[in-house]
Parts: sequence; structure tokens; C-alpha cells
Amino acid sequence: MSAREFRYVSSDRRVREDRRFVVGKGRFAADIALQGMRHGALVTCPHPAARIVSIDKLDARSMPGVHCVVDGHEVAAATEPLPAGLDTPRVQRRPLAVDVARYSGEWVAAVVADTRAQAEDAAEMVRVEYEPLPYVLDGEAAYQAGSPPVHADHGSNVLLDRSFTWGDVEKDFAESPNRLAVRVKWGRSSTVPVETFSVVANWDPWREILDIYASVQMPKYPDQLSAVLKLPMTSVRVHYDVDVGGSYGVKRGIKHAALVGYLARRLGFPVRLVEDRLENMRGGDAHGPERLFDVEVAFDDDGVIRSMKMRALDNVGAYAGRSPFQLGKPIGAIVGPYRIRSVQYQAIAVTTNKTVQEAVRAFGQSPTNYAIERTIDAVAYHLILDRLEVRRRNLIRHDEFPYTIPSGTTYDSGDYHTVIEKVLARAPYDGLIEERNSLRKQGFLAGIGLAACLEPNGGNSSFEPLLNPKITTTTWMESCRVSIEATGAITASVNTTSSGQGHETLVGTAVGEVLEIDPDRIRVVRPDSLNAMPSNSPVGSRMAIMLGGAAFHAAQKLKNKLLAIGAHDLNIPLERAVYADGEVFEKESPQNRRSWQQLVNIAHRNYHLLPKGFEPGLSESHILQVPTGGQLPTADGRVQMYPCFSFEFHVLLAAIDPDLGKLAIRKYLVGHDCGTVINPKIVRGMTMGGIAHGIGAALYEEFAYNDEGQLIAQTFMDYLLPSAHEVPPVEIIHHATPSPHTVFGQKGSGESGYLGAPAAIASAVNDALSPLGIFVNQLPIKIAALGDMIAAAREARKSK
Amino acid sequence: MRVDLDINGERHAVDVEPRTSLLDCLRDKLAMTGVHAGCEHGVCGACTVLLDDAPVRSCLMFAVQADGYAITTIEGLARGIGELAPIQDAFCETHGMQCGYCTPAMILAAHALLLKNSAPTRDDIVEAISGNICRCTGYAQIVEAIALAAERMRGLNRPQDKP
Repeated sequence: MSAREFRYVSSDRRVREDRRFVVGKGRFAADIALQGMRHGALVTCPHPAARIVSIDKLDARSMPGVHCVVDGHEVAAATEPLPAGLDTPRVQRRPLAVDVARYSGEWVAAVVADTRAQAEDAAEMVRVEYEPLPYVLDGEAAYQAGSPPVHADHGSNVLLDRSFTWGDVEKDFAESPNRLAVRVKWGRSSTVPVETFSVVANWDPWREILDIYASVQMPKYPDQLSAVLKLPMTSVRVHYDVDVGGSYGVKRGIKHAALVGYLARRLGFPVRLVEDRLENMRGGDAHGPERLFDVEVAFDDDGVIRSMKMRALDNVGAYAGRSPFQLGKPIGAIVGPYRIRSVQYQAIAVTTNKTVQEAVRAFGQSPTNYAIERTIDAVAYHLILDRLEVRRRNLIRHDEFPYTIPSGTTYDSGDYHTVIEKVLARAPYDGLIEERNSLRKQGFLAGIGLAACLEPNGGNSSFEPLLNPKITTTTWMESCRVSIEATGAITASVNTTSSGQGHETLVGTAVGEVLEIDPDRIRVVRPDSLNAMPSNSPVGSRMAIMLGGAAFHAAQKLKNKLLAIGAHDLNIPLERAVYADGEVFEKESPQNRRSWQQLVNIAHRNYHLLPKGFEPGLSESHILQVPTGGQLPTADGRVQMYPCFSFEFHVLLAAIDPDLGKLAIRKYLVGHDCGTVINPKIVRGMTMGGIAHGIGAALYEEFAYNDEGQLIAQTFMDYLLPSAHEVPPVEIIHHATPSPHTVFGQKGSGESGYLGAPAAIASAVNDALSPLGIFVNQLPIKIAALGDMIAAAREARKSK
Repeated sequence: MRVDLDINGERHAVDVEPRTSLLDCLRDKLAMTGVHAGCEHGVCGACTVLLDDAPVRSCLMFAVQADGYAITTIEGLARGIGELAPIQDAFCETHGMQCGYCTPAMILAAHALLLKNSAPTRDDIVEAISGNICRCTGYAQIVEAIALAAERMRGLNRPQDKP
């Protein structure tokens, strides 16, 4: 399908969700106030590692308004451990620590009181006696034998240490004239949504239903809650018509919901837990990857890279949920957009006494992209070649798609060179170079940043069986039901929560496109989990592909049914019937027609007019399998990870004040190809938001710890989020290479911008520093550190 | 203790503890849930309301301190049920939001700007919203929404050419 054939897809329509938000009528979890609801507050461990000797609850229990004080033993006795992705049964995670607390900020007790303030007052009165234990903070140190194990029963801190070899790496290295090793570090940051995690739970013992209202973005959330709380799935009802105030991956909240679910059942009234910002940042278990990369590449004198060895060591914090899988997803784009023909990859996940890591936007791909792009730049510097030219020589060419990379994934489509040339022409690149040189003459350290990266999308979960053979997941389906009611009105379903992605607009557009009906006339509803069809939530940039695809197919089934009903009632063969604008008519005699309402009436009221064997009514559903998915990994670890691959190319000009180390972005352009764009406003917003988030990860945001194991970035005065001042205007240059695997040619864009911005900014900094002969190989690049580095380099030059 | 609050032109008598923040009072006592808690230490701006048309952090202020001011919340901006104020409509037009959580505060900050500056430059707009963190949008479509609203509102009072 080409863009020209669309009626609603790709047109610049408003986003239907926006109307409720601009008047303050979003329905967020913290807005839900149930009759008789009480409030939770938490007691947290102040040590990075400690044995819990005793918990004295007496004083807290007698505070005004307090209903209960619970500890880890009580909750553990009634629940199962929280689910983990890897096969590490002795690394057990519970909502409240049992006997041992493993990071500063870990929850050790919870209080429920009439008001939040009373609960917090009482939490201060819970007296916990601790016996501090040895701890480890650094990932590389935790990997070494003899480091204090965070989980003594597990025996070491290694959760995952898996090596893969795809292709003849040693031969390619031996035959290459050049090799180069680069070590880069991705600092610990996260998505840090403005809304913290919130959950309300209510248990109805007579109906035996636990109602959950949560600000959650989590695949298979009801399944997990049912397992942890030892309730049948039919007794857990997660309400999906709750607006989520930002997530970008991290709003998983399984321990939160398990805790309040338990409390609501024990107490017999609704309980709400809303993280405050400190709990969110310290104990919300929502930090992102902290990853050390050792990359070695073998390349010829033209800068063409033949082979790569990558070792990635991730510090996942004190417990493991799904987070170690973030080392697995990048396997599906391990060579980025480049034609590297053999790869060795070692993926290591270790526990340390830091806050628990959770899924973050792009699920580990952005750090890996940074490592790859930094390496490409290093190759260019090594050979004294132009960075752009080295990229051009290594990029997969348009005529090579579909292209299978060494790790077994086939990229669907792309036109990387064209996207890059469009951006360079728009910049224009020569002008940028002139501007950089003129800034340098003015005394700035100025640099141009480049990054070319892939955004794998479609959200298959093939990294699960790849990294844990006990899991045999080969589908990550998504569903939609579309119904035409007796009055002719259309409803369509979204079977999960959304956190700003505009899924109601997506479904309305897809259904409207197929049925040729104004999308604004289509009501989009969100059934709760007991009524919903299977969903895997909006992860992995998958919803345009998966939810859009499911909605398309469900609507297509309805359209086919309407067509058959019309043909039958017009007494003509099906092949002579035409569907247009919601009506069915005879191709040769268009005056012979049945209106929308006539067709609907037949389906809903006139069984005698329906084709033989037809079910009455008009309600169709579709459960979409992930395109290209369905196979388990091979024994040597090759797998089709995700179905579609968006491409982005970032170019920016930055100027650093050499005395302060302060960086200002003077110009920023990004070329973006996510196939057919369904809603331009949404895609633009996601790309811009991703770049802003990438600027944060590159320059400002870090969950820094001191040597005593205390998180020292606990507020927004220490953990710096980019404001409107820090995010420059960005020009987005679109290009559309449709995916052959999707209904409209669309790809994903939920992680766009963030995939390349950190790499691009690092590239600009290093170009700016190159006259001084120094490089920065870790993120974030904080102002103070940069200023110190520059001062030291200048001093060293002077003394020479 | 009892406070008399003037909110969106209506008087509300509320019983609060002295330590109750204006934010908690609006949300918990008055069910005005358009005002949101973000950081509760005065940085993110999600709790912004207007006091005598100036943006303030309702998380950093006690409810009792707000007595005597004209408080404007997001609930007070639209002129009628189901309607949108021009600034709200402009945010819809440019899609100046995604998750919608920071949006009411962002709109109030923009509204306060437009009350005193009908033709703001990009720098004026950026400055006016720089105390409001948005994690979704990267701000571009927010800045455009405010510029669009300013343009439309300036046009409202201009004499129309007769055909």
C-alpha cells in the first residue's frame, strides 16, 4: 500500500485522548477514590545490605487512624515470590524484604491508616533493628568471585553470563588489518515519569474479586498478580480504563500491587498506595540499565568493519524481574544498521546492592546503540577518515533488504543512505561544518554529532526463550474486538492501559480506514481484564503494528460480513458486490444498494434475510500473532527477535563553553523512517519526547550512589530532568520505507529519538573535544566532569 | 482548622489540618483532581495552580496560606460544560501532550503567560513553562500550542474585514 491510497491513515488528525487531559479530566490511578478507602505508607531500609534483626510495630500500631502494620514475613506467608524472567529460583523477590534487605530504600514494612499523612506518621514510629552486612555496588566488582553475594543462597552475583558466536569471528579478526578496542559506560538513569506509580486495590470477599486500578504498563499483569496472590485469574480484575501518567517502560508495579492486593484482602476495605517521589526514585524498583561495554572491532583500511566482539555487563541492582532480558533484545539488532558479518556477544547481568532495574524505553537497545556508534566514531578517528563516510561504507544498502544479520534476525526494510542524504541536504552539512569551525574560532569547543541507529519494533518476546530455555514463548499477541451495534454505532476495544501513546486514536483510525467511516464516529472502549482479549501491553514499540493490525483485521472481518449480507440481500453473487463508504452496491448497477443501516438491521433484526449459516449480530475480533514470530531460538542462539526496524539518523551541532563545561545544542536534525505514519502528530511527539529523554540520559540524569551505598540523587534537584530550556528545537525529516509485514506499511515509533540521541550527543562532545586529544566514553556527560576534563587537558597542553 | 478558599470564582469552606498542602486540599477535600502531584518538592510543576493569576506550586503551599487569594485551577478554565478555552483547544490542535499528566499545570502556566503577554516570543514561552516538566513531548508541540493560542486570541479582538 502506498500512502496515497489512505483516507484517514497518515492524515494530520487530532488525537482523541487529548480532550479529557486539557480539562484535567484524565482518570489517573491516584484520582480513584473508592468508598471506605484507606492509605498505605512504607518503612524502608537505610542500609545497602542488612539483616533485619527485629521489627517493633507496637508504637506505630497505636498511632491515630492506623489499621495495621505488616512486615515481610506476614506478606510472604500469604503470597508467592514475584516473577522473574531468568531461571534463578534462589534470587527471590518479595514486596517487603524478608530477613535481609538488599538495597538502601528497600521496603521492609507497610502501614495502613485512614489518611496518607497518618500512615506516614505511623511509618516513622516503626522501629527496625538492623545488622549491616557487606555490600557491593560496582557491577564489575560484583562479577568477580569472592564479592559479597547479594543473595547468599544463589552463591554469586551472576544472574546471566551467556556467550554467543555468530559467524567466523576469529577468522574475520585474523584476516583484518586493523582492530580497535573501545570501553564505554552507560550510566544508571531511567524514564522517571512525572506521575509516580499508584495503585488502588479492593477485595470483595462475597464475589471473590480483587479489583485493581493501577498506573501500569506491564505485559501479563493480571496473570502475574494472580500467581503472586495465589488467586485464580478469574478473581483478579485489572481495570484498563485508567490513564497512566507516563511510563516509557518502567510502570511495572508488580510488588506494589501484590502488597496492596494482600492488604485489601486482609483488611476488607480498599487500600491505595501512591509512591511519593523519594519512594519512586529509591524504592520503586524502576531504575534503568547501568551497563559497561567492551567492544572490539576488526576492520580494513577503508573502515569497513568485518567483525565485532561485544561484552556487555549490566548492573541490574538487588533483584531481577524482567530487567536482565534487556541484554537480550539488542541481539535482534546487534550490528545496528551495519553490514558486520560476524559477531561475538557476551551478555552478563549481575546483582548489586542498588535499586532494582526495570524495563526502560527501548529495552536495552539505546545503550547498545551508543556502544556501536561510539565504536564507529572511534574507527573513523583511528583511520583519520570522515565519520560520515565510515558510516556510509558500512550501512546496509537499500537493495540488500530483507537483510539477515549474523544473530539470525532479518531486517524487514530500510533505505538508510537516502534518509541520511535527505538530512544532510536539509542541514546542510557543509553549512554545519562551517558553523562549527566558526564557533571554534570564537573560542568554543564545538562539535558535530552523528548517530545512525535502528529501532527494533513489534515487541515480540523472543529474548525470553533465548535467555531462559525454560520459557517457550513464541507469541506476543495483541487483540481487538470491533462491534457494530443495532443502531449502527461502532465500538472497538483496547485491551490494556495506555500511557500517552494515543491507542484510542490508533484504533479509531485503523477501523475507520477499513470501514471507510469517520474515525471520530467510532467509540473506543477498554474492557477490564476479565472481559478483555489477550494483550501484551504497549511495550517494544509494538502497538501501531500489533494493535493497529488487530483492529484492521477485526474491521476487515466485519466489512466482509457486511459485504456478504448486502450481496445476499441484493441477490447478486459476492464478486459483483462492492463495499464503499459503509454501503454495499452492485458493481454494474450502483443504484442497487443497501445502506449502512439496512445492512445493520438485517444483521441485528432480520435473521431471515441473512445468508444461510450466518451468526446474527455484528461483532468480530482478531488476535494478531507477531509478524515473523513463532519460532524458538536455534541452539547457537539465532532468533528472529522483532519483525520491523525503524531507522533514525541524528545530526547536531553543539558548542561547549570551555571554562564551564556547559554544552549548548545549536542545531538538531533527525531523519526518521518508521514506515507509514498513522498519525503524524503522535509520531512527531514521540520522536521529540525520545530526543528530550536522550538529552537527559546523555547530559543530566543519573541515579548516582555514594561509596556508602546511598542513592544521592533522590530528588529532582539532584536527578535533573530536561526542562524546556534544555531541549532545543529539532527538525524532523521524514522518510517512509513501508514494512512488508504490516497492514498499512507502518513500523513502530514509541522509542524513536531515544535510540540515537544519547549516541549523537556523545559524538558531538567527542568531536568538540578532539582538538584537545581527549574523549569521553561514558554517559551521562555532566557539566562539572566535562569542565574538569577540559581544564586538565588544557593544563597538560600548556605544560608541554 | 477552617479556611475559606476562593476557587474559580466560588467560595469553598474547608476543614484542614494546618499541615495540609493546598495540593492535598484541592485533591482530597474538594475532589479537584485536575491538579496533580509530581515531585512534591517544588521542581516538576505538575501541581501548578494560579493565585491571583500567577502560577504557584500547590505542593509547597499550605491550604491555609491560600486564604484571601483568587485561586484558579484547570477546572476553572473552560467557559462551559463540554467546552474548551482557546488555550485548551490549541493544546489539542498541536497535540501538546501525550500522557496528559503534566498537561493541566502546563496549560495554567501558559494561561498565566497569555494573561500578561498577548504576543509572546518563543523565548517568552520557554521561560514561562520552564518550571513545568514534561517527560513525554520534548516540549515542541507545547510551545507551538501556546504560540497558536496567542495568535488566535489576538485575532479574536481584531475587526473582521467585511466581505
